Amino acid sequence: MNESPSLAPADAAHPGFALRDATTAAGIRFVHHQAVLDPKLANVEPHIAALGASVSVADFDGDGWMDLYFTNSRFGEPNALYRNRGDGTFEDVAAAAGVADVNRPGDGVSMGSVWGDFDNDGREDVLVYRYGNLALYRNVDGRHFEDVTERAGLRRWINSNGAIWIDYDRDGLLDLYVTAYFRDDVDLWHVQSTRIMHNSFEFATNGGRNRLFRNVGGGRFEDVTDRTGVGSTRWTLAAAAADFNGDGWPDIYLANDYGPEELYLNDHGTRFTLAPAGLESESKSGMSVALGDVYNRGRLDAFVTNISARGYLFQNNNLRLNQLAERGRFNNVADATVADAGWAWGAQFVDLNNDGADELTVVNGFISADSAKTYWYAMSKIAGAHHSLFEDTKSWPAFGTASLSGYERSRLFLNRGLAGWVDVASQAGMTDTYDGRAVAVADLGNRGAMDVIVANQRQPALLYRNYPDSANHWITFRLVATRSNRSAIGTEVVVEYSGKRQRRVVDGGMGFASQNDRRPHFGLGAAERIERAVIYWPSGITQVVRDPAVDRINTIVEPAR
Amino acid sequence: MTVAPGATSQSGVLGQVRDWSARVDPRLLIAGLITLVLLVAQFRYHMVGGYERLALALGTCMVTEALLSWFVRGKVVNLQSAYISGISLTLLTKPQGAVLWPFIAGGFIAIASKYVLQYRNNHLWNPTNFAITTLLLAAPNRVSVLSHQWGNDLATNLVIWGFGLVIASRVRVLHITLTYVAAFLILNSLRAFALGMPLAPEIAPITGPMYQLFIFFMITDPRTIVRDRRWQMIVAIIIAVAEAAIRWASDAALPLPTAFNAAPALVALALVGPIAKFIDLRRAATA
Repeated sequence: MNESPSLAPADAAHPGFALRDATTAAGIRFVHHQAVLDPKLANVEPHIAALGASVSVADFDGDGWMDLYFTNSRFGEPNALYRNRGDGTFEDVAAAAGVADVNRPGDGVSMGSVWGDFDNDGREDVLVYRYGNLALYRNVDGRHFEDVTERAGLRRWINSNGAIWIDYDRDGLLDLYVTAYFRDDVDLWHVQSTRIMHNSFEFATNGGRNRLFRNVGGGRFEDVTDRTGVGSTRWTLAAAAADFNGDGWPDIYLANDYGPEELYLNDHGTRFTLAPAGLESESKSGMSVALGDVYNRGRLDAFVTNISARGYLFQNNNLRLNQLAERGRFNNVADATVADAGWAWGAQFVDLNNDGADELTVVNGFISADSAKTYWYAMSKIAGAHHSLFEDTKSWPAFGTASLSGYERSRLFLNRGLAGWVDVASQAGMTDTYDGRAVAVADLGNRGAMDVIVANQRQPALLYRNYPDSANHWITFRLVATRSNRSAIGTEVVVEYSGKRQRRVVDGGMGFASQNDRRPHFGLGAAERIERAVIYWPSGITQVVRDPAVDRINTIVEPAR
Repeated sequence: MTVAPGATSQSGVLGQVRDWSARVDPRLLIAGLITLVLLVAQFRYHMVGGYERLALALGTCMVTEALLSWFVRGKVVNLQSAYISGISLTLLTKPQGAVLWPFIAGGFIAIASKYVLQYRNNHLWNPTNFAITTLLLAAPNRVSVLSHQWGNDLATNLVIWGFGLVIASRVRVLHITLTYVAAFLILNSLRAFALGMPLAPEIAPITGPMYQLFIFFMITDPRTIVRDRRWQMIVAIIIAVAEAAIRWASDAALPLPTAFNAAPALVALALVGPIAKFIDLRRAATA
């Protein structure tokens, strides 16, 4: 913890917060195990199976404390649901709750999960997406879950690395957007052909087809992908939703591997239109998309992670300012600091020092194996080749025990506004070099401090407890929807104070294979009051809360009209 | 060349290209080819990554060439070479983030090398090759080299290879290109066989844009190749051998600078090219 709280602007020497590894003390002992695939894929298995460590945040038992769900990716290895006891410790209740035994032959293995109250019964349900069949678990009583996948019409084999809950038609029922990576006809444990890889390193279009499932009520979903036009086959790794263009309808932003990002603008809940928005000019390896109001402009900007390997490849992360209103596009303003976070995966905007400006946390590292061997040279051979070579796994050099961008240290970028970003991970205490995949942020202690939770591939999960400078103020909103979906997913909150504005969206999945605390949290710096908070509910209702109390969690109930 | 009646449309097109190329100044053909590569790379595959990069690299090359030639020779020389260097650097240089200095530094290094690193009034290194290799060796934390491929359609490859081969023929350097390509394929096939590795990844690099820039603009640079046709082919083979040796060392995980692993062809040319040119100039002087 910082010894001497100060209102001085944060800088590298004094970031205004400290992170402490509290994993063991909290009782979190989760270790991810990755998939073992068809032997025909053995030469590239370290690459193909290198995903699946995920973390999502939800208050599944409704006790007011945020709980954590980690996924595993090997047959027989259980997922873990850590119930927050409220005293800084957690207990794994996944087995008792019925959401542990999810990784089974014939159904596939977990790649991640997203929580949302799809039946509006006041309890958070969970969708587990897999390399395999989707699995939807209904929260029965806050302690037990039942598998309702079949009944919901969601038993579909999708090799998915991401999903988000989104009420795209604003009917008060959460719909589901599922991203797909490998084609749906690929069973990674029984491959019929080894021609399963991407057909381009920059412009691949032969991935699985993303799917939009509309919640029709009664616990059932229908596939509306075709009629809504969101069936991208660009090897999507992550999606996030928000109303980017301010028309009141949630849009979808995709981070695509081996290709350009995509923005689907929502046309009044009937269909989506692929908007150029300046995204098509840079084709990279999008891994994750995080949304935040980077410079407190009252708009949601996007940060998309990519691959950088010094000397070999600088695809560079994108920090895209939302300029849809004036220029009809996003503008990439990533400087060299935030652009290069190694082989970057999950990322989140979060105000760790409560100074009113979002930091950016990025986890990274792909394959940490033999540190004396690197696959980058082999990768450089295949990467520039014609697609007929690299879409066949047989053409790939064998990985063996080589590392590929392994042992990278996580990044934590301090937001200094116009002065730029500076990496303060070491100073702040985020010192791991695990192969990070998913990162989520949550106020696990209900104390106005956003903690950082990281899911690492083949490695232990981490909980970094945050100790912000106590001189800064904060405010958090617990949103209780009545007309909108009960999870309030898609709700956007703007706080206005001292001539400043900050916007946040309640996410139904954000980053890579992750979902954050759904209580919007704002750091306020020295401001001891805010003039008002404006809440844009998915139902279309705009609610203004004047002079809400700071330094506490405010419960806001959606008005009837 | 006349096109025989009944010839296929493709040979007809190539024939027309050859007829047309025969009437055009060879120097303009090379500039035209690099422009074609640039246009395809940018408008179809967005490879440039920002027009400010192009403006800086091109501007730096041309201004440096104009100033240095005026200072050294008392007149401003034809800027076509600087134009080719500027475009090649733009395509090949992939910097960390949005930094732009590599395009300025690269442009200056490329052109300045022609005026500084000389032997008997001839420069020894292909300017672009020298600049990009220097950047990769000196600043691997800030600069990487082009790793894109031509999307996923064969047509682009055919267009670039078609125009490239015809123009290389017209400029009378086709034998260098073909010798290198043949040597690359043979040597890397042998290496794959000897090391028990699959063949496809070893020959895959030749299908990418970086190699097309390499074989059409670097190893065939008329100012830095040796004079004798037979020796030109031998040097191309030696470059391929050096590249294969670097690749072998990379296969063996020997501790090489990253540039050797990331761009073995560029490093091989940077090592072999100037030695060959030096020997050639020395032989010419003593003959």
